[in-house]
Amino acid sequence: MKKIVPIKNLKKYAIDKTIKVSEKSIEKTSKISAFLVDTANVFLFLTRVFKNTFSRGFEFKEFLKHCFQIGNKSFALISITGTIIGLVLTIQSRPILIKFGALNMLPNMVAISLIREMGPVITALICAGKIGSSMGAELGSMRVTEQIDALEVSSANPIKYLIVPRVLAATLMIPLLSIFAITMGILGGWIGANIKGDLNFVLYISQAFGKVEFMDLIPAITKTFFFGAVIGLVGCYKGYNAGRGTESVGIAANTAVVTASFLVILVDLIAVQITDLILQ
Amino acid sequence: MIENTTIKPVIDIQNLKISFGSLNVLNDVSLQLKSQENLVVLGKSGTGKSVLIKCIARLLKADQGTITVLGEEVNALKTEDLNEIRKKIGFLFQSGALYDSMTVKENLEFPLRRIKKDLTQSEIDAKVTETLANVGLEDVLNKMPSELSGGMRKRISLARTIIVDPEIMLYDEPTTGLDPITAEEISELINDIQKKYKTASIIITHDMECVRTVADRIIMLKDGDVYKEGSLLEFENSTDSYVSSFFKTKKIQ
Repeated sequence: MKKIVPIKNLKKYAIDKTIKVSEKSIEKTSKISAFLVDTANVFLFLTRVFKNTFSRGFEFKEFLKHCFQIGNKSFALISITGTIIGLVLTIQSRPILIKFGALNMLPNMVAISLIREMGPVITALICAGKIGSSMGAELGSMRVTEQIDALEVSSANPIKYLIVPRVLAATLMIPLLSIFAITMGILGGWIGANIKGDLNFVLYISQAFGKVEFMDLIPAITKTFFFGAVIGLVGCYKGYNAGRGTESVGIAANTAVVTASFLVILVDLIAVQITDLILQ
Repeated sequence: MIENTTIKPVIDIQNLKISFGSLNVLNDVSLQLKSQENLVVLGKSGTGKSVLIKCIARLLKADQGTITVLGEEVNALKTEDLNEIRKKIGFLFQSGALYDSMTVKENLEFPLRRIKKDLTQSEIDAKVTETLANVGLEDVLNKMPSELSGGMRKRISLARTIIVDPEIMLYDEPTTGLDPITAEEISELINDIQKKYKTASIIITHDMECVRTVADRIIMLKDGDVYKEGSLLEFENSTDSYVSSFFKTKKIQ
């Protein structure tokens, strides 16, 4: 039932109502402006990273250090995960393929799944968690403890020194880790094929790569460079723009993982659509 | 203590204003730092003291007003020119801001390699050893910052700042979080640096012992404005209740 307001209280009611409405609209406006400011910051950050990537004075030592950290520290994790994915994929697909009488397609199906989708995406998602969070936390704590400010007053360019080597290292190492994950996955598939059957390694490999074409490999590997760039950029952006309190470090690490994982899936979707269009 | 007031100031701030969103941090601050002077900026937490020195190094950009450092208006400078001015400014951060991933030696070498590019490795090594000796820490060269105590970290930060022979030093609460003995040592070190390197310094603090040890002149900030300016003696003899609340000492019977 609609509330009836007595005439003598009408003025006060109108003022209260106006204040409430304007408070709500201010809240909405501030959310919109915050979103616009965030978007502008992202573009500004990307522009600065891009400009500094191609300007003079590349920090090669830092780049190598981060390549080693990203590659070496994710190596064991990617090996085990890749092997397990290949193994599980083989064990899960085997009964269905037997039903269709297509068991000899098993190695080829596992290889194509791993090359086109599973290998790159699983590697990227693991790295989004491992590398994205470590970049977010490391740069976030550098921001909180004023180390980034200290770099600036030492006439060092923080984007050039901290961000560019990390982004480029991630862009280079994630494709290499993906290739490694695919290789380990195919080996895992061979183990899987031999758990319930008996398949010679040479025969398995020849069946696995029998129908793999060059155009299966190129788009798959190309998209991993974008996965790497996205993980590096998101991790660095979240860490570099962390707030001033210690809780900001946790927030930066957490949002880096969530955003990077989501963007990896999004980039994968776009890459698949583009590949589909090109190959048609 | 510096008596000559006719020398051109090394830092000249006029009508500085800065706000974060709706919060006005500095309303209208004007001050000058003379050559080889220790200027203490005093005030309660949250009055914009740290913001003031961050504006001088342009780590924060002021909304209004001018900041002239060694004859250059910092807000109008391009990045390359700003970096040239920054080479002449030493900034001691409140947290020390030592690079966690580097050893003490690498921390000290970092600004040296970027600012004095023509130095050879042996000259760099000699400079690192000399500067560490000046802050009284010669045996921590290969330690990581996490292995050092709070006082040692402060000294190493100070060493990293003075290693490039700055003309101006900006200290952001140099004695905060230290025990009284170490705090006194750091205050003495500030005086030693002033004498040895002939620096002009702005010291942000609310540690009254530090103020008494280092201050040539004091500026007190309140609610984003300059509340009072004068010598240590003038502040100690002030009848103003806000000023005397900082300077009164509690005696325990």
